[in-house]
Amino acid sequence: MPKITVPLGPQHPALKEPGSFLLCLEGEQIVDATLRLGYNHRGVEKAAESRNYIQAMYLIERVCGICSHAHATAYVTNVEELAGVDIPKRAKAIRVIIGELERLHSHLLWLGVAAHEIGFDTLFMYSWRDREMVMDALETISGNRVHYSMNTLGGVRRDITAEQVKSVLSKVEALERRIKYYIELATEEPTVIARTKGVGVLPKDEAIKRCAAGPLARASGVARDTRKDDPYLIYNELDFKLITSDACDVFGRLYVRAFEMLESCKILKQVLNWLPEGAISIKIPVKLPPGQAVNRYEAPRGEDVHYLKSDGGLNPARVKVRAPTLANFASVDYMLKGDQLADAPLIIAAIDPCISCTDRATIITPSGTGIMIWQDMRAHGIEFYKRKGIDFSKVKVM
Amino acid sequence: MDILWPLFYIAVYPGMFFLIAYGLFCQWFDRKLYAHMQNRRGPGCLQPLADLVKLLSKEIVIPKNVTEVRMFKILPYIAIAAVTTAALMIPFESTQSVVNFQGDLIAVLYILTIPTITFFLIGWSSQSPYSAIGSMRVLTQLFAYEVPLMLAMLAPAILADSWNTSDIALFYSSHPLLMLVNVIGLGVSLVALQGKLERVPFDIPHAETEIVGGVFTEYSGRLYGFIKLAIDMEMVVVAALINAVFLGGSFGLSGVWGFVLFIVKTLCIVFILALIKALMARVRIEQMLAFCWKYLAPLSILQIIISIIMRSVVWPNL
Repeated sequence: MPKITVPLGPQHPALKEPGSFLLCLEGEQIVDATLRLGYNHRGVEKAAESRNYIQAMYLIERVCGICSHAHATAYVTNVEELAGVDIPKRAKAIRVIIGELERLHSHLLWLGVAAHEIGFDTLFMYSWRDREMVMDALETISGNRVHYSMNTLGGVRRDITAEQVKSVLSKVEALERRIKYYIELATEEPTVIARTKGVGVLPKDEAIKRCAAGPLARASGVARDTRKDDPYLIYNELDFKLITSDACDVFGRLYVRAFEMLESCKILKQVLNWLPEGAISIKIPVKLPPGQAVNRYEAPRGEDVHYLKSDGGLNPARVKVRAPTLANFASVDYMLKGDQLADAPLIIAAIDPCISCTDRATIITPSGTGIMIWQDMRAHGIEFYKRKGIDFSKVKVM
Repeated sequence: MDILWPLFYIAVYPGMFFLIAYGLFCQWFDRKLYAHMQNRRGPGCLQPLADLVKLLSKEIVIPKNVTEVRMFKILPYIAIAAVTTAALMIPFESTQSVVNFQGDLIAVLYILTIPTITFFLIGWSSQSPYSAIGSMRVLTQLFAYEVPLMLAMLAPAILADSWNTSDIALFYSSHPLLMLVNVIGLGVSLVALQGKLERVPFDIPHAETEIVGGVFTEYSGRLYGFIKLAIDMEMVVVAALINAVFLGGSFGLSGVWGFVLFIVKTLCIVFILALIKALMARVRIEQMLAFCWKYLAPLSILQIIISIIMRSVVWPNL
């Protein structure tokens, strides 16, 4: 049978963001897959260097629309570590509340997307309707639905009142019942099982070799969770289970995410019922002493690593973000090979890719020029816009 | 005057005009039910018409690498023509269909495969990887659902001892309880029809998240509008066929009450089709093949055996 190459992306209905997956097909079977990132580079890290620490926090929060709290918290923890302060416990608890609500809404969103990829639009509509409950809870606490901006350097921006606690608790309890219903549905509906069992297999040793993170690793039996391995905030005082599965396929990833949502509800109930009293933030100096810090945060999609370097000035000297999707992306081509074309969107969706968060740097090599560094790129940009009649050469950039 | 009646049958009722109008209504009804099952509000009742008018007013883009441009342009009309032809052989509101002969059940089933074949050719002549995969899937799927569908449709005919859809409908109108004998066949047909109409769980040939628009990827404007219309009309025709073969047609009624009964029964069939669509995920093509041959085909053969035994042993003098 002749091989044909089918482009899945950069623009494709199955992808929510541009990423290129070139699938080489033999009939319906995928024999080879070529992955490419880099359609969505926004230069966030460089832009952060020209802002002061608090401005950079709001920028870093916009790395991702879904796990905005994860990125902001990882960054803020770095700043607090460099400043050498320990933030109040109430602030830590509030950060945990937002973080777990965020995990809930991210996993519900994933459930909907995965259901849509296998053509089960009813589950998609239902899970997104119930996701609104989490969004409402987040809005109650922070005033925002997507970018909560709850963090500030040295604590959190807003306090949680007793009424808010009550309203969020009732929503979490309602949600818990819905999640249990989804677990029942997803593990008993025959067409869902037929489409997820044995699809996109990633064995345990391969998951370790390819540095898989988050639910992808846990579904391959790798018990890896930053909240357990390297507890931050108040996670070491909370009682929750680390969910793993030995299924190693998409069904395992569904299982892990579904039960993680229940664990998140459990954590939320604990923290909301037991909110430490006290201040919600402390002062942090405008200038940080020179130094470096690295922190890890368990984002809904996996381990999120942030690096921060200070040279004693007003602005960060270097910010580095490693989004979890980058860690999981290396496993995708392994999982795609040997599976059916019909499974490709689901396998890609099963790592919960967030491609714009991942695109941290891009190497552009127009013919003959080799790798372009920052100055070259800026000169190229000025030249490009001059031809269009706009002169950017007078604009000062650090 | 005699020459005007056939023209009326072909152009107005039960031909083109009625099929288009009722097809659009059924599309709206299906979408509205589907939306309510998913906790959405769904479209207003003029939405399908608005969609059609919009598509008709759009420019047609024909890809450069289409070699047979004439075929590319003419195929949607062939699908519509085939569906309309099939409609003339099925009794709608009356006890008799317009074209009426012994063996028209086979003719209807045969003519109803023509739209599927045109969809295959549509994809094949589009010359794009998505359409090519889509058309391969159309043909593979055809081989899976067509045999169970055909066998299941034959069972009522065996029991009624006639190959004429109007006679079959009349037979079950006079012996309504005998419809219960064909329950398995009815179930098999309804599931197989999801494959024929390319709906979830068998919407594999144009699975949006896998191969974009499937066979229809390269179609736009008026031509795409007519393809959509052909699918809507096909839904009316197969609902009418199920109504005539399994559910006793108009129960001997004709005129206004026959028409009302026809509308109510076909809408019930559309409701069941929408329910199947809402309850399931899309399956893979090889799972679809396995399901059709492992479960649907044996069930339809079982149905035929039951019908033969009923006819020859239990009620030989019917």
